[in-house]
Amino acid sequence: MSNDLTISRRAVLAGTGALIFSFSASPLPAQDAAAPPSASPPAPPLPGSLKQFPYLDSWIRIDAGGSITVCTGKAELGQGIKTALSQIAAEQLDADFDKVEIITADTALTPNEGYTAGSHSLQDSGTAILHAAAQVRQILIAEAAKRAAMPPERMQTQRAAVIAPDGRRFGYGDLVSAALLHVQAAPQSPLKAPSDYNIMGQAQQRIDIPAKVTGGAAYVQDLRPDGMVHGRVVRPPSYGATLTDVDAAAIEKMPGVVKVVRDGSFLGVIAEREFQAVEAMRALAAAAHWQETAKLPDGAALPALLLGLPSQDTAVFDQHGPAPGNGKTLSATYTRPYVSHGSIGPSCAVARFDGDALTVWTHTQGVYPDRDAIAEMLRMPKEKVRLTHAEGSGCYGHNGADDAAADAAVLARALPGRPVRVQWTREQEHAWEPYGPAMVVKVSASLDATGRKIADWDYGVWSNTHSMRPGGAGALLAAQSLAQPFTPPPPKPIPMPEGGGDRNSIPLYKFPSARVVSRFLPTMPVRVSALRALGGYMNVFCIESFMDELALAAGADPVEFRLQHLDDPRARDAVSTAAKNFGWPGKAAPGHGNGFAFARYKNLAAYCAIACEVEVDRESGRARMVRAVAAVDSGQVVNPDGIKNQIEGAILQSTSWTLFENVTFDHRRITSVDWASYPILRFSDVPDAVDVHVIDRPGTPFLGSGEAGQGPAAAAVANAIANATGKRFRDLPISRQRIKTAIGV
Amino acid sequence: MKLDINNRQHDVDVDPRTPLLYVLRDDLKLNAAKFGCGLGQCGACTVLVDGKPVFSCVTPLALLAGKKITTVEGLGTTDNPAPIQRAFIEEQAAQCGYCIAGMIMRAQALLLGNPHADDAEIRAWLEPNLCRCGTHMRILRAVRRAQELIKTAQTGAAG
Ligand code: FES
Ligand code: FES
Repeated sequence: MSNDLTISRRAVLAGTGALIFSFSASPLPAQDAAAPPSASPPAPPLPGSLKQFPYLDSWIRIDAGGSITVCTGKAELGQGIKTALSQIAAEQLDADFDKVEIITADTALTPNEGYTAGSHSLQDSGTAILHAAAQVRQILIAEAAKRAAMPPERMQTQRAAVIAPDGRRFGYGDLVSAALLHVQAAPQSPLKAPSDYNIMGQAQQRIDIPAKVTGGAAYVQDLRPDGMVHGRVVRPPSYGATLTDVDAAAIEKMPGVVKVVRDGSFLGVIAEREFQAVEAMRALAAAAHWQETAKLPDGAALPALLLGLPSQDTAVFDQHGPAPGNGKTLSATYTRPYVSHGSIGPSCAVARFDGDALTVWTHTQGVYPDRDAIAEMLRMPKEKVRLTHAEGSGCYGHNGADDAAADAAVLARALPGRPVRVQWTREQEHAWEPYGPAMVVKVSASLDATGRKIADWDYGVWSNTHSMRPGGAGALLAAQSLAQPFTPPPPKPIPMPEGGGDRNSIPLYKFPSARVVSRFLPTMPVRVSALRALGGYMNVFCIESFMDELALAAGADPVEFRLQHLDDPRARDAVSTAAKNFGWPGKAAPGHGNGFAFARYKNLAAYCAIACEVEVDRESGRARMVRAVAAVDSGQVVNPDGIKNQIEGAILQSTSWTLFENVTFDHRRITSVDWASYPILRFSDVPDAVDVHVIDRPGTPFLGSGEAGQGPAAAAVANAIANATGKRFRDLPISRQRIKTAIGV
Repeated sequence: MKLDINNRQHDVDVDPRTPLLYVLRDDLKLNAAKFGCGLGQCGACTVLVDGKPVFSCVTPLALLAGKKITTVEGLGTTDNPAPIQRAFIEEQAAQCGYCIAGMIMRAQALLLGNPHADDAEIRAWLEPNLCRCGTHMRILRAVRRAQELIKTAQTGAAG
């Protein structure tokens, strides 16, 4: 959150008239967001998050001065959501884009939209705002028509005003009154025709970027409320270690140290200045004695370990066609290690405790669930805890954000009246974040009698849960280490159709017979949770690698082979668009290879196809993506440049996961604790060109695209490496060492 | 001790072992330089010292007497951005943006020292700085655009 935003929020709160009077971020009728609206006659469901928060003024507020404020329960994570949601509101309201203010996730101000995750923001919040804005515009038109004594059909809207046929102009601010927008949404909205759009669908510069390139206050790290002090925590050396002894007397005397806070095995220090806190933290870490108990598995034997863990098996897809005949059968096993979110800025939070109320500024993805968890941890009533989202560094899922917020809350409680800023160290972020889980996939498939098509497909995926988000207090590191600790909740699989480990495990391709079994592993040797795309990254990597293996066996071109099994026209369109713009199949230069991959994220969000060229240096085994061409269909496009930015980023980040990344540990401790021990993609690994083609589908539902590129990028890279080297790599990461060993130079 | 930051003299009363980053952020309330690792491994904290990029997270104040320090705040503002800032905005070269201030400062050093750097030189120059969002393609485009903006401004001024 920027200071500017603080001011504008304050202005919002101080505002009088319609704006604040009609504010209603509470769902109907109860306080429980999950409770359905109680309207007695069963009405058709409301679109998007209007289902939970049907009042129009939960989403759109207009004050007497005509200022328009959009409220969303979703958070800006660097994905450009503030800009896209503002575009939607401005378009449907007929207001200038730059006149629309937006308030994001805040338990005191916005609807509870759960987590900003799963590429759901446009689908949930965007859809709610689209419809709410259209209905608000209709209400304002009706009000103006009444005042002008004209039929509403003859009124027009333009730049936040209703214009009567005789030229009279009614500004939105003049039309609103306290109760006007405090009405429940109708199931149908008078949406504009997409052909009339002039804000949605147009590339819009992001509203958050100017501050970010000029040193404006843009992040939680940049908050400096009066009287702020600096907190640091000392984490145990390994999972579950208990603090046996610490002599803090000397540390309490260090310059600037305000307080050492110990509660069970939770250990932290507060100092006046930041570097004083850093030095005190180091001294405290040196003075602490721990009893370590963790037993981590042998990283090299991880796949075997996962396959041997007790599993809960669910057939998520089971279809029996005619017997496959006696075509060729292929089988393969694919593995993936633990992968780190690796946010460039380690997690940070600011908290202030005032007697009986707590405020936390945090880059959590879910202000409401994290608020509930922190309230539970501190045994405070929820209403006394406020969480306000403030941007952090990109998170790509569940990183240390919630834990840092909890740390700040515990330290702030120990020093009432002073805001405490907690900044995690690089080593803490790397060692303590919940990683994307290690996974194993076993797949076999048979070709039919013609040898050209797949007749039978059998797929199993072994995985831990992909979400240990709070949840309750037990999900928070701080809560787990207090003298009266909370235990982590039992892990649960995320059900299909979205899925967790089994996300995207069902191929979109059509096979006569197919069986997909999700083998959920409740035992978690290493701390894990949601990493961008969840199981979708691994499953798409596996399915799309195996499709290439099968295409090779069928003697078919990989793109042709995919199209033969694909009947969804939008899927076919994405595949063809990427292939055509890449110049598929092309002819790779010596040492180069081309690869292709496709998926529809979660089988229900954006379609994404990627073709890429990779070069492999035979001496060193080094692989580099040379160029990539992507085609993405996200339904109705809001900000085409935003989609391109997301897909470009997905391609580079996924390439990094795929070629370089692997969380390491010894029998007790995590050993990949910085950028030297956990290398990621650097500029020398960056492609020459990445080209993203956005396929617009005007008037169709928004399909989130934030995670759509992760899986296809990984498989396209793997397929290109196979094409370049003649060797198939089924274990991630496809490291330089693995390539060198396989091609045996 | 006295520090010359963005062409202004600042008097700071801080332990000279303190890394510059903390003084910039906490004492001078400058937001741009970011804490990313504190280990000299990521470049999020990059600033210029006498025109050269340094990791402010591992540069103690004691080394900075009499040197000219430049941060993103010393380049331009939202209303009057420097060419490199304008280029980043025009290319929309940010996702979360957390790495960007460091990227801008490293790029600025290149624009000062080797204004006509070619693509390979730009990549090699930016190598120490990490971006986790995968914004690299846009960052590279922004640096090239900044070269163009500067060239155009110079030709304009000359002609
Ligand atoms: S914060 Fe200084 S190099 Fe990472
Ligand atoms: S834009 Fe997020 S780390 Fe570079």
